[in-house]
Amino acid sequence: MAGPSIDALGQFRLTTGLGPIGHAVNFTNSNEMMLLSVGLIIVAFGLTLRTRALVPGRMQSLVETLYEFVHGMCVDTIGEEGRKFFPLVFTLFIFILLGNLLGLFPYFFAYTSGIVVTLAMAMFVFLFSTAVGFYIHGFKFLKFFVPAGVPGWMLPMLVPIEIISYLSRPVSLSVRLFANMTAGHVMLEVFAGFMILLTASLGVFGVVASIIPLGLNIALMGLELLVACLQAYVFAILTCLYLHDAVHMH
Amino acid sequence: MSRLFTTASLTSGVALGLLAQAGAAHASSNMPQMDFSNPLNGSQVVWLVIILVVLYLILSRWALPGVGAVLATRSQRIQRDLDAAHAAKVEADAAVAELHAAIKSARDEANAEVARATEAAKAAAAEQAAALSARLDVQLEKAEAEIAAARHQALTAIRPIARETAALLMTRLTGQALDEAQLNQGIHDALAARGLA
Repeated sequence: MAGPSIDALGQFRLTTGLGPIGHAVNFTNSNEMMLLSVGLIIVAFGLTLRTRALVPGRMQSLVETLYEFVHGMCVDTIGEEGRKFFPLVFTLFIFILLGNLLGLFPYFFAYTSGIVVTLAMAMFVFLFSTAVGFYIHGFKFLKFFVPAGVPGWMLPMLVPIEIISYLSRPVSLSVRLFANMTAGHVMLEVFAGFMILLTASLGVFGVVASIIPLGLNIALMGLELLVACLQAYVFAILTCLYLHDAVHMH
Repeated sequence: MSRLFTTASLTSGVALGLLAQAGAAHASSNMPQMDFSNPLNGSQVVWLVIILVVLYLILSRWALPGVGAVLATRSQRIQRDLDAAHAAKVEADAAVAELHAAIKSARDEANAEVARATEAAKAAAAEQAAALSARLDVQLEKAEAEIAAARHQALTAIRPIARETAALLMTRLTGQALDEAQLNQGIHDALAARGLA
């Protein structure tokens, strides 16, 4: 392969961040972005709580909108018990949302495009909701795998299906987020790489022809913004649904 | 036009070629996310857990209660203002009702006053009219009596005048005195014919 080529997956390569100290404790570039997200969250909430304006400004409106959006989602989906889980759902939602959005900036690492990161969060949601189920209902929670109103002879078939679908929850939850983010970033990088390659190999014609991948990338960026918000919402609403199942068992 | 076509076909050809090249590159290199032999892949999860726990503590202890308090304060303030506005409206409605009642009672009073005054005026007028008509009746009666007396006087006076005149005329015309009884009979007939007898 002569000349430049598209390395669409290099953007996902982990390196160590924060200089020699980070190197010593294997602090990665994805963790740097996580710290940036946390920093932005603290700044946003700090600005809101410093003014505590009766009539909110832009930053306060944004924070309040996010608060009320996630709070409404928890209460609507889980019920009144959802208030207890609101900080947890909000933490996951804002962390994933900022990871998705920050990842769209050039040279920024999208930590939600790592399967181990999404799987860790999904496994936590899965284990936590299961623990909540057993905590509230005790061993009666196992009845969750026995669908109500089904003839007895069908149960040997249905119970394993229910168990498998339950166990597949963390997989689908993590792969959905990881695959969406990875696919989006690969496509963005491939189209951007086309522009470089076209210019390098075709000269002036290449520059003119680069308009096509550029336009595609602009459209794609709009789509990725939507996906970034949507996937954070999907992760949060599914967390709420799993917690609803654990609390109400139906 | 042909140049555009050439450019477009060249572009798509190159794009297809690059896609194939990129595909080959993908196939040859594994995804870094799936490279579990990389120690950084595991260590980022450890740091993820630490960062998420810290974030959760910050949000649940400080940030979210703070924003919740701001929102609660605002909704309380709005509720208080709404209540105040509602109370003011009730008060204003009561004042308006009071005003209407006052206007109504004043109007009723005025109407009663007007009715009373009209009644009094009517009564006074009727009294006056009765007194006037009584006086007029008396005067009328007196006048009628006077007229009757005058008429009687005139009628009693007309007979001798007529007789003397008739006697004088007959004497002048015939030169002899007229029979007194005949003259009286004629005058009586003439007066009776005129309804004056």
